[in-house]
Amino acid sequence: MQSDTSGGDQYRMRTLEAWADTFVPGAKRWPDDRAIAGAAAGPGAVDAGAVELLETPATGVSDGLDSLAKALNEHAGAWAASHGVTIDDSVPAFVALSYADRAAVVRMLIAPDHPEKDIWILVALFCFMAFDTAAHMRTVDAIATGHPGLTAMGFAKPDADGLWRFPYFSYGKQLASLHPGTTPAGDPA
Amino acid sequence: MTTAERTDIVVIGSGFGGAIAAYHLAAGGAKVVVLERGPWLSTEEFEHDFILGSSSTRIFEFVAGRGMSVLGGNCVGGGSVVFFATMPRAPSFIFERQGSIGRRLFPAAISRETLNPWYDRVVEALPVHRQEWNEVTYPGGLWAAACRHAGHTANPVPVAIDTAMCTNCNWMMAGCRFDAKRSLLMNYLPAAISHGAQIRPLHEVQQLSRNDDGSYRVHYSVIDDEDYRIQTGSGAIDAKIIVLAAGAGATPVILQRSERTLGAMPFAVGRYFSGNGERLNTAVLNEDKVREVLGLSRPGGQAYRANQIGRGPSVASWDRLDASLPEFSRFSLEQLYFPPGLGTILAQAAGPDGPAWFGPEKKEMLRQWNSWLTIFTMSEDDNEGVFGPPPPSGNAVRISQQMLGQGNLEYKPTKNTLRGWAESDAAVKDILERDGLAKVMPWTNEVVGAYTVHPLASCRIGDDPATSALDDGHELRNHPGIFVTDGSAVPCGLTVNPALTIAALAERAMPGIVAAARERGVQVKYGAPAPGGVASATRAVDRTAA
Repeated sequence: MQSDTSGGDQYRMRTLEAWADTFVPGAKRWPDDRAIAGAAAGPGAVDAGAVELLETPATGVSDGLDSLAKALNEHAGAWAASHGVTIDDSVPAFVALSYADRAAVVRMLIAPDHPEKDIWILVALFCFMAFDTAAHMRTVDAIATGHPGLTAMGFAKPDADGLWRFPYFSYGKQLASLHPGTTPAGDPA
Repeated sequence: MTTAERTDIVVIGSGFGGAIAAYHLAAGGAKVVVLERGPWLSTEEFEHDFILGSSSTRIFEFVAGRGMSVLGGNCVGGGSVVFFATMPRAPSFIFERQGSIGRRLFPAAISRETLNPWYDRVVEALPVHRQEWNEVTYPGGLWAAACRHAGHTANPVPVAIDTAMCTNCNWMMAGCRFDAKRSLLMNYLPAAISHGAQIRPLHEVQQLSRNDDGSYRVHYSVIDDEDYRIQTGSGAIDAKIIVLAAGAGATPVILQRSERTLGAMPFAVGRYFSGNGERLNTAVLNEDKVREVLGLSRPGGQAYRANQIGRGPSVASWDRLDASLPEFSRFSLEQLYFPPGLGTILAQAAGPDGPAWFGPEKKEMLRQWNSWLTIFTMSEDDNEGVFGPPPPSGNAVRISQQMLGQGNLEYKPTKNTLRGWAESDAAVKDILERDGLAKVMPWTNEVVGAYTVHPLASCRIGDDPATSALDDGHELRNHPGIFVTDGSAVPCGLTVNPALTIAALAERAMPGIVAAARERGVQVKYGAPAPGGVASATRAVDRTAA
């Protein structure tokens, strides 16, 4: 059974999922899914593997995820208190927020003058990369298994050897006049 | 006192500035050691893969700063391995730029005319060629057609790519798997090695010191080949001449760190950084309008949907490279491809409260990714970048095992730079939103600040000691025997891709560096032909002798 309770691994997992879902939102996985806010149809960053990517040691952020989740919930709690938003304390504070309120917390944390801006942007970038590049997987495997992000973007399939080639690539005709100052070598004057 | 290995010349960095120096000095007879902080990959190791740890993160670096993020190469071959190989000459008016200092930024000795023979050498060595329209990719063709529709001209750009070998895979930022890109791994570097130059990858230079006999000692760390945060050793090499070409994001940092041992640096070291005035706009095309308005269609019937197909840029509009326009209002607009991740995160969609780089509207925009067209502005910025204190090692605190770091470059765009960006945003919008062709938004600068793939000018040449770190022969002021030949020497933004200009300036500096080496007792001559060619080299030698 799925759970959004605030204990242990679930606390961290659901907090990170809610964070990732703010950047590339997805559909709820089950009716009472709390971590995914359901702000968009189809799979989002969470389904694309955002938490798995954040937990990859090569990112340099994996060791700090417990404290990041804790800090995010503290920021969310403080934000809610200052905006008159009541928090359901059966789930982590950030998870308890609506999508719009989560986005407001994100905008606060990545604002140019926020002292923790650098780290929040970093973990945001990895959430995006999970969807846009599947950086936690071999790209050929991601394509073969229908990775939600690369599939949604229409990323082409590779050739049988795992390399991409596009033999048809050009409209094949002159489509504009050249700048009159162009030199014989094709440079600007 | 510890003893160190000795050689004639140490070259720091193996991009254009380092590879060209290594070749000429080794071919002339000097003992040359090249220290390169990044790994050395062969063609088979260039992968089509986004996974962390593949060549896309091994050889590429993204350093976030304070208002400016710098993207560049981190491997033997430097930027030439990861770049898009677009190599136009800088327009003539660039050499007359004054920026905000009220005097010519380039030294009096350098103009387009005087640099042309050195451009010729590089064009021959790589080689660079003028593309025909049947070599232009779908995104380039679309950009050309949109420019024509809006009353503008557009040009296929000169490239260092063998387009017959190119598969248009658009993985060139991870290195070229098909040997189509004419990177330095295919010309200057193998030629340098054949003349005895030693190239040592994963050797990151930290600082320089001066020996009693006037030679220099180069202090380096050895970097782990998988986790670049780990240093596995250290060492030092003594040399009579230093050629510093670590890139505009690293060269000034090494010199700053060396102040303790070398003494005060010229004021311009680590100042006057230019991001080449770079800016990006992403258009989402209306496929029906592409067909109706521009009359374009592909085999199979699609109008466009070809964002993924190609090889970076292939067409640029140069109408705003007009010498009669005021400085800071001139720019080129070049069609470009960035792979997902770098090329998608900062793009903005129209959200309910304004432009949005994340959220439901951005997700919908990603679903239309194959109908994207990215337009790259290169403009005249105001050289407003300043490097803060150097980090403990390297040019950044490395965050991830590879690729991502945090540096100390501060960049607050001036009104001049912002004006150029605003004018270029308006120009792109005018061209691509005409008759409903597309919706266009600039990338956000709120996340990682401004950004550049062409860092320049952080240790620049010039005639004025107060505003340039190097003399017009690329020698570091007050530190004889240290030469800087990379993008940091270029004095200002060029309004076009700078690689050919960086390389031409390095070629131009070589006779002087050889002469300086000879004065210090190094047995070396100048006059090697371009790797793979002799015609322009012969002309250059004739001119030097004249």
